[in-house]
Amino acid sequence: MELMKLFECLGSLSCLTTQITSALILGMVLFLVASGLSLIFGVLGVLNFAHGSLYMLGAYFTYTLLGAHGNFGVTVILASMGVGVFGVIFERLFIKRIYASPLLYQLLLCYAFILILDDLVKLVWGYEFKNIGVPDSFRRPPLHFLGSFMPSYYLFIIIVGGIVALTLWLVLSRSKFGKIIRATAHSSEMVGALGINVNLVYAGVFGLGSMLAGLGGVLAGPVRSIYPGMGASVIIESFIVVVIGGLGSIGGAFIGAILIGLMRSFGIIGFPLIEESFVFILMAVVLIFRPRGLFGKKEA
Amino acid sequence: MKRTLGVGAIVMGAMILLPFFYYSNFLINYLTQILIMALFAVSLNLLVGYTGMISFGHAAYYGVGAYSVGILLQKYSTSLLGSLFIAVAFAAITAVIIGLFCIRLGEIYFAMLTMAFAQIVYTIVVKWTPMTGGDQGLIGGIPKPPISFLGLSFDIGTPLNFYFFTVILVIGSFIICKFIVDSPFGAILKTIRDNSLRTYFIGIPVKIYQLIIFVIAGTFAGLSGALMALFISGAYPDFTYWTKGAEPIFMILVGGMGSLLGPIIGAAIFNLLTAYITMYTHLYELIMGSVLVVFILSLKKGIVDHLLESRLWKRLSSSRLK
Repeated sequence: MELMKLFECLGSLSCLTTQITSALILGMVLFLVASGLSLIFGVLGVLNFAHGSLYMLGAYFTYTLLGAHGNFGVTVILASMGVGVFGVIFERLFIKRIYASPLLYQLLLCYAFILILDDLVKLVWGYEFKNIGVPDSFRRPPLHFLGSFMPSYYLFIIIVGGIVALTLWLVLSRSKFGKIIRATAHSSEMVGALGINVNLVYAGVFGLGSMLAGLGGVLAGPVRSIYPGMGASVIIESFIVVVIGGLGSIGGAFIGAILIGLMRSFGIIGFPLIEESFVFILMAVVLIFRPRGLFGKKEA
Repeated sequence: MKRTLGVGAIVMGAMILLPFFYYSNFLINYLTQILIMALFAVSLNLLVGYTGMISFGHAAYYGVGAYSVGILLQKYSTSLLGSLFIAVAFAAITAVIIGLFCIRLGEIYFAMLTMAFAQIVYTIVVKWTPMTGGDQGLIGGIPKPPISFLGLSFDIGTPLNFYFFTVILVIGSFIICKFIVDSPFGAILKTIRDNSLRTYFIGIPVKIYQLIIFVIAGTFAGLSGALMALFISGAYPDFTYWTKGAEPIFMILVGGMGSLLGPIIGAAIFNLLTAYITMYTHLYELIMGSVLVVFILSLKKGIVDHLLESRLWKRLSSSRLK
């Protein structure tokens, strides 16, 4: 029975380590995408439906940049910055026109860009699936760790994800920039009246959120296949993360993403056929007991 | 009410008579497809246009309808009308279950949750291979046994007869939808759309109304999906994927959400666009996306909404009143 396998796994250190590692990797990538989504919603009030496409762009940028010069460190920075810049342009050209529009128009504009970006990616990179493979600098024997083996690239994803989460939290809660962002989320008019350029804040936050999604794509690029439309499934998972964690909460996005990672990596051992349903069951349970998510505020 | 019935009967009659004056297989199949997609769009517009609930997961009910009718006919050889009825009932039950979760919170959550829950249906369809055929879809054709009713037998196996069958069911559904939106119930839906908080304050249980219309919309989407499965004699996983649910939103936006006619026109435009674009280029999504951007940023409203608000139409309708 598969269920017995789950109990066996829970009793063995090496299996536990392996599954938690894979949960963390899933969770970190998801956190990067979902935190960008949540941040943009919290400040701009726009649910960026096209966020998954930004993740896709990050992965494709990685593919090209890594092929061009081979240095993964530079690639990570350039590719995620590139998606950030793309986000700023996208916000200035299109998103800013619909802040006052009904929700339907906001969602549909983003949906239009899901379609457009999918086709643009096909034009530039072609239809076929692409695999980057683990970057050269990580081609080394896996690390021996708590009775299990962990490829060094996995460790890299987890560390980068952790650093980003910590930085994001520190910036938002401690820095002046964070203060401005939180103030803008609260009342953009008041912030404007105090002489702060709200448009700049909006563009900056959208750029930052896009960069996070891009970074998610960059990190996931080497371990997943890259194809047009890869953003479509990520966006749904990110929605589930923010529903579980609470829309607009970065901490919630972190906890939500890790929870989903754990659900999936342990679910696949115990219930391989219905592994994906666990995520939905988790969401349903949260909705019943905490409708606004684990860390949600009363009215977002 | 009489007027709706009258107009409905005239349209239904005209569409049934059409093949007797001008017959072409292409036209018949084309109209069948447009009618089915129009029902999908009209059902969603009960939510989006009339109640202000934006569901991105309408494909779930369409898919449940399609797969149920296909599985019943293929594996259990139930009667055609019986299968259709059960399929629509399944879609309605799915809508009740999903609806209970989705209406709990505000409109942004509603949009996200409908989409996320629709993904469950997609997951089940892909994973439950023995029943649904998994990734491949329900292939091998769906048998269409003749309908026997009061001793009469009607075979919907031919394109023409299937067209008649579709016209009756779809136009019939449109008439019911029109009744719903014109009824006092429909008036409350519009009130909820315009200001749900005030509606709540005057003592109307907003959530219950939202759930009821959600289930009605899901039911008609199920019928639309079931008809589509019969029409193409198969059901595929992408019937339940959220991008399928975005298609009727496109139709509603382009056609216009302020009337029953809008989504129907939108469905016709969508089908024409799809057919022509794929004939000339692979960049189908790029063009559809650009059309959307133009509608959202410059036109703001669908075609039928613009027409209904145009001066010409107002003059016409006011002269008729005199």
